[in-house]
Amino acid sequence: MTTRPEQTGKKTLHEGVKSAWPICLGYIPIGLAFGVLARKAGLSPFQIGIMSIFVFAGSSQFIAVSMIVEGAGPLAIIATTFMVNLRHLLMSSSLSVFPGKAGKLRLSLFAYGITDESFAINFSKFAKGFWDLDRAIVLNQTANLVWILSTIAGGFGGQFIPEKAFGIDYALIAMFICLLVFQLRGHIYVISAVLSGMLAVFLSIRVPGNSYIVIASMVAAAVGVGVKRKFLIRGKKT
Amino acid sequence: MTLPDYFMLILGMGAVTYIPRWFPIFFLSGKTLPGWFVEWLDLIPVTILSAILLPALVTTGTPRVFDIFRPELFIAFPTFLFAMKTRSLGGTVVVGMGLYWLWGKYL
Repeated sequence: MTTRPEQTGKKTLHEGVKSAWPICLGYIPIGLAFGVLARKAGLSPFQIGIMSIFVFAGSSQFIAVSMIVEGAGPLAIIATTFMVNLRHLLMSSSLSVFPGKAGKLRLSLFAYGITDESFAINFSKFAKGFWDLDRAIVLNQTANLVWILSTIAGGFGGQFIPEKAFGIDYALIAMFICLLVFQLRGHIYVISAVLSGMLAVFLSIRVPGNSYIVIASMVAAAVGVGVKRKFLIRGKKT
Repeated sequence: MTLPDYFMLILGMGAVTYIPRWFPIFFLSGKTLPGWFVEWLDLIPVTILSAILLPALVTTGTPRVFDIFRPELFIAFPTFLFAMKTRSLGGTVVVGMGLYWLWGKYL
């Protein structure tokens, strides 16, 4: 009598890969687009590949490439990457309730594959109970492999794709639009997003460089927490 | 950027990306973060995405100037609606790129 999923290697592999499929479908066009953009920014397919292997975080890779184009320094790029990917802290925290007493090495391997997309799928599967750490690792690594290969393929194709072809310059904006839509999960998220966007526009005109992203997002999130807490306390009284 | 410089950049980016992914699940299993910090972290993705997106839609050039009459902004509306309706990341990217491409070709 156990609710644990079946423990055979073949089944684990099969279910992990199968569940990664929706993620891969999203990663392929974005990975290709990233490879093309990175190639246009002067990175070789090899450089693109090692960035995808070591960083494996779509939006921050796009941002890094656009910052390289703008001539930003390594420290500014690393600081922005840190801020953009700080959200994984929360995802990793909420996932930490599931694996139980798992080996440190397996936990470390699993952590490497935490992304917005894999978090969403792993979390819901863990919560339903038909899931374990091995399946989650297979899912993460499948998505990871597809991401790496897509970005490298885009890098090789990039040199054959002329400037402005197929609206590739809009890939980044479209991806951010969709990721933003995913995050609009209630009034407080909409309020914080509007506030952050307006603050960022204002700062980006006044202050040179990319610091407006970090400043606007931290301030707007803090105001958002304030609004939420004030609203909740008032809500309790009435 | 030289190759050694690039390697240093990648190692730095890799480290600051991996540590937030690894630290909580490795050390904080079972423990909880302060409520205000969790709430703040929870709002960070949406505020970062918005802070990246909006200036890209309504400003242009270096130094940046305010300009709302740009295809980037016009195309954003149907792309946003498509994302709301389908919630498909790959589909939204393809649709956004397609509309932007058509705009450049015919307008």
